[in-house]
Amino acid sequence: MSQYVLRRLLIAIPSLLGISVVLFVVLALAPGDPFSELATNPNVPPEVQAALRAKFGLDDPIYLRYLHWLNAMLHGDWGFSFVSRMDVDQLILQRLPATLYVIGSAQILALLIAIPVGVYAATRPYSLFDQIANTLAFVGFSLPTFFTGILFILIFSVTLDWLPFVYTTDIKATGIRWVLEMIRQAIMPVAVLGLFQAASMTRFVRSAMLDVIRLDYVTTARAKGLGQATVIVKHVMRNAMIPVVTLIALQMPAVFGGAIVTEQIFRIPGIGSLLISSILSNDTPVVMAVTFVFACLVVLFNLIADVLYGWLDPRISLR
Amino acid sequence: MLDKELRSMIGQVKDGRMDRRAFIQCMAAVGLTAPLANQILALGGVAMAQGASTYKPTKRGGGGALKLLWWQGPTLLNPHFATGTKDQDGSRLFYEPLACWDPDGNMKLVLATEIPSVQNGQLAADGKSVTWKLKPGVKWHDGKPFSADDVVFTWQYIKDPATAAVTIATYRDLTVEKIDDLTVKITFPKPTPFWADAFVGATGQILPKHLFADFIGSKSREAPTNLAPVGTGPYKFVEFKPGDLIRGVINPDYHMANRPYFDTLEMKGGGDAVSAARAVIQTGEYDFGWNIQVEDDVLLRLEKGGKGKTVYAVGGDTEFIALNFTDPNVEVDGERSSMKTKHPLFSDPVVRKALSLLVDRESVKKAIYGRAGRTTANFLNGPEKFVSKNTSWEFNIEKAAKMLDDAGWKPGADGIREKDGKKLKILYQTSINGPRQKTQAIVKQACQKAGIEVELKSVVASVFFSSDVANPDTYPKFYADIEMFQIPLSQPDPSQHMRRYLSTSVATKENKWQGTNFPRWVNKDYDAVINAADMEMDPVKRAALYIKANDLMWQDTVFIPVMHRLKVEAAANNLRPVISGWANETDNLFDWYREE
Repeated sequence: MSQYVLRRLLIAIPSLLGISVVLFVVLALAPGDPFSELATNPNVPPEVQAALRAKFGLDDPIYLRYLHWLNAMLHGDWGFSFVSRMDVDQLILQRLPATLYVIGSAQILALLIAIPVGVYAATRPYSLFDQIANTLAFVGFSLPTFFTGILFILIFSVTLDWLPFVYTTDIKATGIRWVLEMIRQAIMPVAVLGLFQAASMTRFVRSAMLDVIRLDYVTTARAKGLGQATVIVKHVMRNAMIPVVTLIALQMPAVFGGAIVTEQIFRIPGIGSLLISSILSNDTPVVMAVTFVFACLVVLFNLIADVLYGWLDPRISLR
Repeated sequence: MLDKELRSMIGQVKDGRMDRRAFIQCMAAVGLTAPLANQILALGGVAMAQGASTYKPTKRGGGGALKLLWWQGPTLLNPHFATGTKDQDGSRLFYEPLACWDPDGNMKLVLATEIPSVQNGQLAADGKSVTWKLKPGVKWHDGKPFSADDVVFTWQYIKDPATAAVTIATYRDLTVEKIDDLTVKITFPKPTPFWADAFVGATGQILPKHLFADFIGSKSREAPTNLAPVGTGPYKFVEFKPGDLIRGVINPDYHMANRPYFDTLEMKGGGDAVSAARAVIQTGEYDFGWNIQVEDDVLLRLEKGGKGKTVYAVGGDTEFIALNFTDPNVEVDGERSSMKTKHPLFSDPVVRKALSLLVDRESVKKAIYGRAGRTTANFLNGPEKFVSKNTSWEFNIEKAAKMLDDAGWKPGADGIREKDGKKLKILYQTSINGPRQKTQAIVKQACQKAGIEVELKSVVASVFFSSDVANPDTYPKFYADIEMFQIPLSQPDPSQHMRRYLSTSVATKENKWQGTNFPRWVNKDYDAVINAADMEMDPVKRAALYIKANDLMWQDTVFIPVMHRLKVEAAANNLRPVISGWANETDNLFDWYREE
């Protein structure tokens, strides 16, 4: 087992290096200039722009810049933002709590809805409950988050005036009021994201369950006289969860990566909004760091998913 | 003639026979306006008017929280590293200049005690030096006293090229010396008619010497105070999260009486302009929303029964269509739009004139800008005293068609006009931005009716405005026939703005397209006028020169001005913000209050 994990980690190194090269080259070749806003300002002479480019090493050849970046990354230096003139890791750490809180809650909400609904719908396929769940799921994942987000704002903020639609990181309250405010302002973004995720996940859980529920061993279990609950939970779900675990594991990096659109709509200062504003202002060190961390997380969670398979189904041997 | 009259009027103001207001009105009548008229008076020996204050509260603090919404949040808090106005806005919450600009373009004192004038001896008659007296007893937020050393240091800090300050152009050529602890003298290498650039407004924010002294030059980026400012302003710094949030708290030792009004300050970043307008005008979650560039229809709808309203400030920002004087389709020595070529269509002045007749400014105003725009024939729209009254514009498709007919541009089989085998087909580019794409559509429609085929192109703003040498779609490269955007006029003086179009500043491959004259227009008269204006100390003559420069552009149809754009902000109904079209939104923050 530990040998397997070690081997997988070693294999990850060249793939991460490959990813970093691709990311770096694409970003270096992409159009745009971090100091472009200066160009439209008549007060800023072009020499200043040139000096800034030189200062941040933007005029070096790409391979040199890549080696500099790699070397710094290995030493734990994630880079220096052109736009904010501060260390990238600090910027990311500032944004992480909001992202973890909002996107994490949304994922949990999605799981809390998807698993019970999907399982129950699969045990009674084509029943009224199944039909309703299916219809709602289709509606849910057909509506994009930018649409539901604005719809929620119009209903709950503008018309009803129940919830704030600007997410703020400094709530002026302490104790229980602070907690309540934090929950209140997260309701809309969490609901928008959570329901969207839940919709597709419900469909997934249901079909995974249906695949397993028809197998002979399930009939055998029932024939043994086991109760419905035991059959479903102990026998069916455990096997049906294998593909679901893959799906969830691959979605976990997104919890750290943030949700670009939703964060933008509700002004949540998360990683997603950092990424989009950095892309728009051509702040390549930040874009590079965020995307690279994202790549690392994808590789890591893939590994975790593989290890989980072994736990869920001991027949899958990890060699 | 004008000159003589002006002198006698200045004399009358000096003797008190004519009041200042009447003088400014006279000036406006001859085409000069407030900031300039005031500078004229300053040079003529009458002190510049101090901006009036509308501030009412009679005690400091007690105003609760002020919540500002900047949909592009500041990303750093050193004003001299600001990559955009948003960073200047954020820095200006804490740092202060010697003086700032009020809504009328008058100078308002901040850290200085007196507006320099020839009369009080602080302004040299030859325009080569200006002396500022500093307010005594001012303290930095950390308790250290503010003095002339800080002013001199700020100059040294900025002028060091290794610091890479974006404000270097303002400070590089002048000398700042300390006369005593509360007096500084700025010496200019040549007569400088607009002396109120250094240490005034957004680019004039003064840094504390004791905190920045170790971070001058190449070490500048390591200064911890780049992200945690210690200034002299009305609010003290509490917290900064780049792009997201700035928090401040009242400065109990602020140097202006009864100010500031609010106890805490919050500037939230992120999102987009429409939802920012919503959060201020409709739901009232925020008190003030910055730069609400939203269609007027939407704003009017939000304002109905809302909790806020829009606020406008007049400056000199002009949205224009620039015409390319070189051929964008022919490559010479690896460069398109080369100075060695001539534009195949626009070398005929009739085509340029016809094009300007086809821009329906009234419709653009009605359909897009609404209250945030004014139609204009001029490229230079402010300050008032520099605005030409000699120009005019009209929208007339028949007249354009007739002009083209007369000049030999006859419609071909496909309805598109042609002459000598050259078809009237033009490529019209701009940045991606809702109002700009709508304007493109309005212009295209009119052109089609007149037999000109227009191909539209929109480029992502981050590319269009970049200086990326490798990218063909930037505005300085101008690989199109016409392009539309705006260059902000960031101070109440046109000199920097107009210097851009000198024939020596053409953007070419040789200067990596860093030349500022992107229409590649060459006019000897214009060069002469601009160079004369740069040295002219007589404010009236100087204004006349800039008016002439504007008229030359108009005669040659270098630019087709589309709209004189106003600043649009959103504010809660009970907030009394003070916004100047000549300065950053936060420049007059010390005068903001809430009506009870």
